[in-house]
Amino acid sequence: MELRSNEPSGPIEQRWTEHKAHSKLVAPNNRRAYNLIVIGSGLAGGAAAASLGELGYRVKCFCFQDSPRRAHSIAAQGGINAAKNYKNDGDSVFRLFYDTIKGGDFRSRESNTWRLAELSVNIIDQAVAQGVPFAREYGGLLANRSFGGAQVSRTFYARGQTGQQLLLGAYQALSRQIEAGSVTMFPRTEMLELIVHDGAARGIVTRDLITGKLDTHIADAVILCSGGYGNVFYLSTNAKGSNCTAIWRAHRQGAAFANPCYTQIHPTCIPQAGTYQSKLTLMSESLRNDGRVWVPRKKEDVDKRPEDIPAKDRYYYLEERYPAFGNLVPRDVASRNALYVCNDGLGVGPEVDGQRRGVYLDFKDAIQRLGEDVIRDRYGNLFEMYERITGENPYKTPMRIYPATHYTMGGLWVDYNLQTTIPGLFAGGEANFSDHGANRLGASALMQGLADGYFVLPFTIGNYLGTVRKLPPLADDHPDVKRAVAAVEARVDKLLNAPDPKHAPEYFHRKLGGIIWHKCGMARTREGLQEAIEEIPKLREQFWREVKVTGSGEELNQTLERAGRVADFFELGQLMCIDALNREESCGCHFREEYQRDGEAARDDEHFQHVSAWEWSGDPEAPTLHKEPLEFEYVKPSTRNYK
Amino acid sequence: MSDQLLNLTLHVWRQDGPTDNGHFETYQAKDITTHMSFLEMLDVINEDLIEDGKTPIAFDHDCREGICGACGMVINGRPHGPQRLTTTCQLHMRQFSDGDELWIEPWRASGFPIVRDLCVDRSAFDRIIQAGGYVSVNTGAAREANEIPVGKLDADLAMDAAACIGCGACVAACPNASAVLFTSAKIGQLAMLPHGQPERQDRVRKMVAQMDAEGFGSCTNHEECEAACPKGISVNWIGKMNRELIAAMATAKDEVEVRGK
Amino acid sequence: MQRALTLTDTAIGKKVVMALSGAILVGFVIGHFLGNLNLYVGEASMNGYADKLHHMPVLLWGTRVLLLIAVTLHIVSAFMLWQRNQRARPVPYKMRKDIATTYAARTMYWSGPIILLFVVYHLFQFTFVPESGNVFANVVHAFSHPAVAAIYIVANLALGFHLFHGVFSAFQSLGANHPKYNQARHWLALLITIVVAGGNISFPIAVLTGVVHL
Repeated sequence: MELRSNEPSGPIEQRWTEHKAHSKLVAPNNRRAYNLIVIGSGLAGGAAAASLGELGYRVKCFCFQDSPRRAHSIAAQGGINAAKNYKNDGDSVFRLFYDTIKGGDFRSRESNTWRLAELSVNIIDQAVAQGVPFAREYGGLLANRSFGGAQVSRTFYARGQTGQQLLLGAYQALSRQIEAGSVTMFPRTEMLELIVHDGAARGIVTRDLITGKLDTHIADAVILCSGGYGNVFYLSTNAKGSNCTAIWRAHRQGAAFANPCYTQIHPTCIPQAGTYQSKLTLMSESLRNDGRVWVPRKKEDVDKRPEDIPAKDRYYYLEERYPAFGNLVPRDVASRNALYVCNDGLGVGPEVDGQRRGVYLDFKDAIQRLGEDVIRDRYGNLFEMYERITGENPYKTPMRIYPATHYTMGGLWVDYNLQTTIPGLFAGGEANFSDHGANRLGASALMQGLADGYFVLPFTIGNYLGTVRKLPPLADDHPDVKRAVAAVEARVDKLLNAPDPKHAPEYFHRKLGGIIWHKCGMARTREGLQEAIEEIPKLREQFWREVKVTGSGEELNQTLERAGRVADFFELGQLMCIDALNREESCGCHFREEYQRDGEAARDDEHFQHVSAWEWSGDPEAPTLHKEPLEFEYVKPSTRNYK
Repeated sequence: MSDQLLNLTLHVWRQDGPTDNGHFETYQAKDITTHMSFLEMLDVINEDLIEDGKTPIAFDHDCREGICGACGMVINGRPHGPQRLTTTCQLHMRQFSDGDELWIEPWRASGFPIVRDLCVDRSAFDRIIQAGGYVSVNTGAAREANEIPVGKLDADLAMDAAACIGCGACVAACPNASAVLFTSAKIGQLAMLPHGQPERQDRVRKMVAQMDAEGFGSCTNHEECEAACPKGISVNWIGKMNRELIAAMATAKDEVEVRGK
Repeated sequence: MQRALTLTDTAIGKKVVMALSGAILVGFVIGHFLGNLNLYVGEASMNGYADKLHHMPVLLWGTRVLLLIAVTLHIVSAFMLWQRNQRARPVPYKMRKDIATTYAARTMYWSGPIILLFVVYHLFQFTFVPESGNVFANVVHAFSHPAVAAIYIVANLALGFHLFHGVFSAFQSLGANHPKYNQARHWLALLITIVVAGGNISFPIAVLTGVVHL
């Protein structure tokens, strides 16, 4: 396998323009002859399907939800970055590019990241024109805020529902194309296999989630915008349905998987309350602006009421350990320190599986200083949400928070055109590994999804189609198609007929999530990862032996859907651990206990300044590693220091 | 964090498919902690059903943080259950008491045919949006975002309407199964913004025609929709839509064609 | 076949028809009530008022035709909407709890037909087959039967409920709503209801208690 990034050369600010100028096009009247498949209807998929439909291609868009409007992009709260410099505070495309590269701890491709920063401004224009109700100032112009420790105010927002509003903008554009007949929408339909013919992606096998019917869809190119794989942890801030099946099926067909171990853990989520917990809820990071993080100093205080613990017995560990940044240290540092104090037995809240996993986020001082009204004004909706979920009033008693998996920077390896290692197979949004390196800045996920969907894919797909010209037709009964259908049938059959059915898929998913969370989570060790690599295959075997799926394949069967997704998470989880073990350095969100300098992550640029792209070998325990070296011409790698 | 355990009797609507008659089935939910969400309680029941070799209860859900709009069931006669401004996924068991008897039903409306058990087909909402709930602006054709100022108040009001999550609780709550709150929220949002003006008249006529074609009932101003809406969308948007429609019908320069009866 | 959409094709348009025809009917019941206040002034005044109306045939018949049209439109639209609403939820809920709606709103489909039946009865009693040419005497005579008085009281309670929800609702149907004035809408509906229904109910009571007598 050869990894060719196909990056243009020349001055970085000219690369995208030059690339566009010298790429192939498809003439408007020819576009109708091309069939395209888009998997996923979130920011990347919805935007891509709509934009490709507008161009005149014949597009089929698939989502497992009952409506394209429900894709999990909808849950993003904070905002979207764009280098508009409306605040006159010195922002620029270069600065956004620089911050993104640095935030990614020098593990992303410069050309892609520059393009992302460059396109950020177009996204805002597009969204505003669609009627996205961004926050405004009294003069009628767009408002901005500073987000995630950025030194400029470049984040655009729509209350705490920016993701929702941007998604609905894309959904409305998509709806317009559905009405126009250029896009056919397939809701409640799941992609279960990729059809590869003559070395190129030519279609998919889907299952209609209502009738269970398997169908094939043949196309000239397939675009995967199916989101991230955070649910490998079982508990995450992802939606329950978020899954890796589309990208994992593609990986098994030959698409390289890049940097699977780069998973972002968000520090301010509501802790787990019991073993039955089905998901974790994120609360905006902005809470750390006014809240103080602490745990009891003494183990015997952990089950006391926080009000009863005197000031001298409170351990404000972030303020003590990081006097310069205090409670505002970056996400990964805040997360890791919460893990450490809980591992030391100082965690608070209910015991789940024998351990208290929670730390206090206390607003008492802020309320005293600013008054309850100011705090209510700033965080009222978050406090309400917290109370709804926990039944505790954060105005009176400190919140309890704990980190949770939030976003996955890893994903399918793509070149500058967002094409995977399978020709004709593209990946956009969180499904690809592209722009965030080892860590993602706050308010950049929406930006990347929309940049890929609105502005990159519609163009690079044209380049691909213009290059391959018209592909020969592929009949539904071609052996390559039939083989893919047979593989799906066999898999469904296997899931429905385990030899010794005992447990629901969730049972195994929870166990898998437990292994990954403890051994491939916020702080990873060689021993832990090695253990995980041993344990996962055993659990996977047990899964295939004992998974119990009632009902049949020919009906709406949510248990069957989940079982298939869990099966793929087993293989992906394995790869994550292998990748994490292989990357013997700490960078961004990937923190290896063995590789630190004075308690800070120690990057090893000499040996690991590369993208790890894994090729499926047929054996989930022995993938093949390929490396794409990263070069930094415009930003010199530096080391972070928050002390 | 006082853990209280609840024992509840659930009567859950079970229906194999759109043509099946459906019936209530009774389940005992035992030792449910008050920290569980309502859907987690159903997860527990379902896991037990699967392990007993039975078919679990089908229900729609996804984000479980109250924003995707996938979940929704009528709990003891109230869409999304007893807590105001809360989706089913955000409803927690501390809202109930030990020994409670709960009737759990799907959204009932001919515009939302039942798919299975508590899952309904809300694609009618998608078709209403497809009829005109957008601004026709192709990717790349947009002008500079700050070129058209939008008054803060107008932007805020547009955001109020745009907060709709399309869950369908308004239809479920309406004695007439009317979809006017949903439809009016999108019409209202785009009518508040300068970017929505060129298609303003066309949009309201097409969306209203589609809403009617989907078989939803008419508004008789009970305002149950607003009370059930997890996002608190105001019925004032319905009045706004009526105003928009009357004005469009009275002054539009062209005619909107609809399918003859 | 494609054809142009008209306002009345839509359910909203039918509500507009109901609101406008309802407004005419509300105007009539107010006028009718004001005219009936003559009952309290005395026999001469009441009969003089009736006589005056009969000497303005254009106004009288114009009003009657207008009312007939309004009633027809009101009932036809209501019936069509009722049919649509019946079809919109073929399977009822096992349990439903209302939160926001009012008794008046829930009973519109009851209060409406009750009023219709009452109007027919009322027309027969005083317009089509009056007892005598003396309107004042006819009214007092009729109301002195407790059963007849009861019918009038019950019918006017129904009218009251219908008016309350109808007036409040008509503004919304016509799009004449605004958060600033919604409270005023509510009070206006209540005021019209209390004055008209309360006033109408006071007539049979006044006769029964002997306040008004021959």
